[in-house]
Amino acid sequence: MTDFRSATGGRIDRSKPLRFEFDGTAFEGFAGDTLASALLANGVHLVGRSFKYHRPRGIFAAGTEEPNALVTVIRDAARTTPNLRATQVELYEGLIAESQNRWPSLKHDVGRINDALSAFFPAGFYYKTFMWPQKAWKAIYEPLIRRAAGLGRAPVQADPDRYAQRYAHCDALVVGAGPAGLAAALTAADRGARVILCDESSEFGGTLLSDTAAAIDARPAAEWVREAIAALAQNPRVTLLARTTAFGYFPHNLIGLNERLTDHLASPPVHQPRERLWQVRSRAVVLATGAIERPLIFPGNDRPGIMLAGAAQTYLNRYGACVGARAVIVTSGDECYQTALDLHAAGVVIAAIADLRAEAAGPLPDAARRAGINVLPGSTVVGTEGDLRVKGIALGAVRDGSVQRTEHIACDVVLMSGGHTPSVHLFSQSRGKLQWSEDLRAFIPGQAAERSQSAGACRGIFALDAVLADGAAAAINATSGAGHDRPARAMTVETVPRRAIAYLGALPQPHSSRDKSFVDWQHDVTTRDLELATREGFQSIEHVKRYTTTGMATDQGKTSNLNAMAIVASNLGIAIPKVGLTTFRMPYTPVTFGSLAGTSRGDLFDPVRKTPMHAWAEAKGAVFENVGLWKRARYFPRPGEDMHAAVARECLAVRGSCGIFDATTLGKIEVVGPDAATFMNRLYINNWSNLAVGRSRYGILLRDDGFIYDDGVVARTASDRFHVTTTTGGAPRVLALMEDYRQTEWPDLKVWLTSTTEQWAVIAVQGPESRRALESLVEGMDISAGAFPHMSVGRGTICGVPMLLFRVSFTGELGFEINIPADHGPTVWEAVYRAGAAQGITEYGTEAMHVLRAEKGYIIVGQDTDGTVTADDAGLSWAIGKNKADFVGKRSMDRASMKSSDRKQLVGLRTKDARTVLEEGAQLTAKPGQKAPMELIGHVTSSYASSVLKCPIALAMIAGGRARIGHTLYVPMPEGELAVEVTSPVFYDPQGARING
Amino acid sequence: MLLIPCPYCGERPEIEFTHGGQAHLVRPVQPADLDDEQWAQFLYMRTNTKGVHAERWRHARGCGRFFNALRDTTTDHFLAVYKSGEAPPAA
Repeated sequence: MTDFRSATGGRIDRSKPLRFEFDGTAFEGFAGDTLASALLANGVHLVGRSFKYHRPRGIFAAGTEEPNALVTVIRDAARTTPNLRATQVELYEGLIAESQNRWPSLKHDVGRINDALSAFFPAGFYYKTFMWPQKAWKAIYEPLIRRAAGLGRAPVQADPDRYAQRYAHCDALVVGAGPAGLAAALTAADRGARVILCDESSEFGGTLLSDTAAAIDARPAAEWVREAIAALAQNPRVTLLARTTAFGYFPHNLIGLNERLTDHLASPPVHQPRERLWQVRSRAVVLATGAIERPLIFPGNDRPGIMLAGAAQTYLNRYGACVGARAVIVTSGDECYQTALDLHAAGVVIAAIADLRAEAAGPLPDAARRAGINVLPGSTVVGTEGDLRVKGIALGAVRDGSVQRTEHIACDVVLMSGGHTPSVHLFSQSRGKLQWSEDLRAFIPGQAAERSQSAGACRGIFALDAVLADGAAAAINATSGAGHDRPARAMTVETVPRRAIAYLGALPQPHSSRDKSFVDWQHDVTTRDLELATREGFQSIEHVKRYTTTGMATDQGKTSNLNAMAIVASNLGIAIPKVGLTTFRMPYTPVTFGSLAGTSRGDLFDPVRKTPMHAWAEAKGAVFENVGLWKRARYFPRPGEDMHAAVARECLAVRGSCGIFDATTLGKIEVVGPDAATFMNRLYINNWSNLAVGRSRYGILLRDDGFIYDDGVVARTASDRFHVTTTTGGAPRVLALMEDYRQTEWPDLKVWLTSTTEQWAVIAVQGPESRRALESLVEGMDISAGAFPHMSVGRGTICGVPMLLFRVSFTGELGFEINIPADHGPTVWEAVYRAGAAQGITEYGTEAMHVLRAEKGYIIVGQDTDGTVTADDAGLSWAIGKNKADFVGKRSMDRASMKSSDRKQLVGLRTKDARTVLEEGAQLTAKPGQKAPMELIGHVTSSYASSVLKCPIALAMIAGGRARIGHTLYVPMPEGELAVEVTSPVFYDPQGARING
Repeated sequence: MLLIPCPYCGERPEIEFTHGGQAHLVRPVQPADLDDEQWAQFLYMRTNTKGVHAERWRHARGCGRFFNALRDTTTDHFLAVYKSGEAPPAA
């Protein structure tokens, strides 16, 4: 039995008690409770410590706008979720929750010292303090500050739960199932539309779930809600989604919904996804997102027990929990008088209603007076007392513009309300224009940018009859013109007239108070912080927000943005709408990463591309690396070998006899048509007209800005057919660039492009014995030295399979590349491997391939180039076609900056100690022993230990590099400075004799 | 995710397309005739319009074709699509 449970009432199921734990203490609640309502029913308000000052904080609201009651819910070590709002955690049997940001305990938190020292921690303190000495920031200050402030701790284990994703289309997506949303959904469904209705709460009904006085169609509102849901549930064209937050409004009416499926269950079924992400494309959207109550700004407004008045009504009427024994209500509207009457009827003493208006007249204030409640118009609040719980409140009276302190009233709960702020988050995300309403002192939706209608409290309509009518009208507007024609059903309401003024900004004070007046509870931002920001010259609300961090916590300022705006306006002396609002961004409330990832995790994160020979390499024990989405064998370690040893052996084997290498991943594009050569001439730097059929050439592709985009061997297999190869990573973008020019620049050319990357398996056989290894297998071609010189291309068969054979080398040795239809890759590979056994043929991987080409100074685009390297920089001017009038990139070569001799140029480097392998990316300087900041002249692009040359080698891009050949340069490293000699990038066989073998 | 009306395939989700930058950039027939300033203008300067922007899209995961579109960059609404090589319709 709990002290603060109401005797009767609430929507909880009193026949189903539940046990739960909070901070190690056992409590009882009922099915239908949230963690917050169950704690309040047990008399617990203190649930956390504030972000910066570690002040004790209590439950503040009843919904997603809750700023204080952030808890961690623990199922097991991996299923631990921090920063959940206790107001939304549905109670289940055995639930375990903990408070956050306190040590050693919630009641005794050493972080409280921050509050005492708060003068040193105003907004932006970290921009002005903790700066010296510089080293201390990283090692000491930052870790300490991060530990001292904060919310929950994330679990360190991977999320074991599954998350589903779904796409849906409908005619009307209704966001929010309060009275406006239900009216809209009923109306749209009546008109035959496909409807999706979602609400973030576990039950549909919104404010009607807390309003025991309202009646619709002469029945209690709760009954009307029940019948509405039943009618919608029966309709096959309606989808009802409770526990589903519309978190993002994306262009063209794509809305992101996150449906929570199992967090409310004591034992989630093992195969059930935890959450489901919906991407809904709706013909029209009805936003019925309601409004959020405004807190009041006064000194000491953050003690546990000080909360929103509407929340107290919700806790009583929906959850059967009394928030306290003795309440003072501070309000600017009639709504709270109904709350007072409800609480009073449940046995809560209402010590006073402090009304901020000069007069409190009308049916509801009168009813309160008749109930014996003390009503004090013209009031303000000047302070509060109490440490772990509010004990009392000091009121003042506002007379003729001056404030006098009047009385002190003992209480254990303060309920405050400054009116309601329409929730325009999703409307704003959709880029709708907001307009300022002086009456509501709030922004409401103006001109919509997408096909959406806003209805009810989210556009400033609060009276129930008007809300229902508004929802119906919105549905009619949303579904008109699509063949849906019926008018709305009748929904009649008997209302009690209510008056309210919307309050913004700090309450009037007699003098400035020592106590803090909080504006943003979750980020501990006070009125003084906002004053500081404007005093320091920040005038734009975007700057004030970032400097003070107001509105930047996980609640995104739901209860603080407008008050902050009003205070800034007052400080700057301008009208509130001129201050403006900061941008609303998704998600409306936090969304689990797992839900957004769906199945894209682990092995399914990216597609994996494998070559036809992958299984053979795997069986041989290859260690693979990722090249884009491809798996490529990096090296083939024999027993006892590490990478270094394997690569050393592989390189020696290639140059000593021969090696076999899988080159399938490189891009291949067929350029075909009568204008194929013209097309190639216009695109690549080389001259293609003089390339004979059956010959190939090393091609370089620039962008029009003159920088190397890709490279590869291009073969002419017929007068109108080129087989263009590209780098592995570059294949898609080269084809895209080619299509761009073909379709949009030269559409008159008769040329067509086909990607054949996956159609050909490519087996490279390289080394002095490579021809001998292949000879016996090749049919229909003479591949002797005379008949098939270097850079020849021919067609034949191998093992009976049609083959395109290249004599080409990326190693600088005699070499061939066998192209066969991909499905035949494995059999041909194995046949070559067997045939080459006599020559000691050795499988080698990409690492050895990198070393061998570096020994010959061959660049790898994307490794030695970075998008800012010209053909000349890379030493490739020789490849430029002579007498070509134009090609892509040619004009840029003549730009002044592109001809500077100081440009970074490709060179080789040898470390003087002949032992140290340089780090790729290491910087070079010309003068030794410099202090930072040093003058840097280039960087290492490729670096390897060369077993063939018996010393380390590197390629580098260095300013004016070619002129520095023979010079000594320096590589400053943390362990010490290395001296290097600049050399030609061709380390091995500079005459190029071996390739002609 | 935008819904983009490919003139060949109809409305398809944005994920099927690649963006092709500003439309109607005419590559000079004789680049050699331009001075460095004019060439840099062609290479790098773009209108960066706030409002109705003529731009290219390619239906890369569909028909593979380039086409042009008028899109309002402030609302992401597509006002018109038209084929490569055609002039923009009166906006």
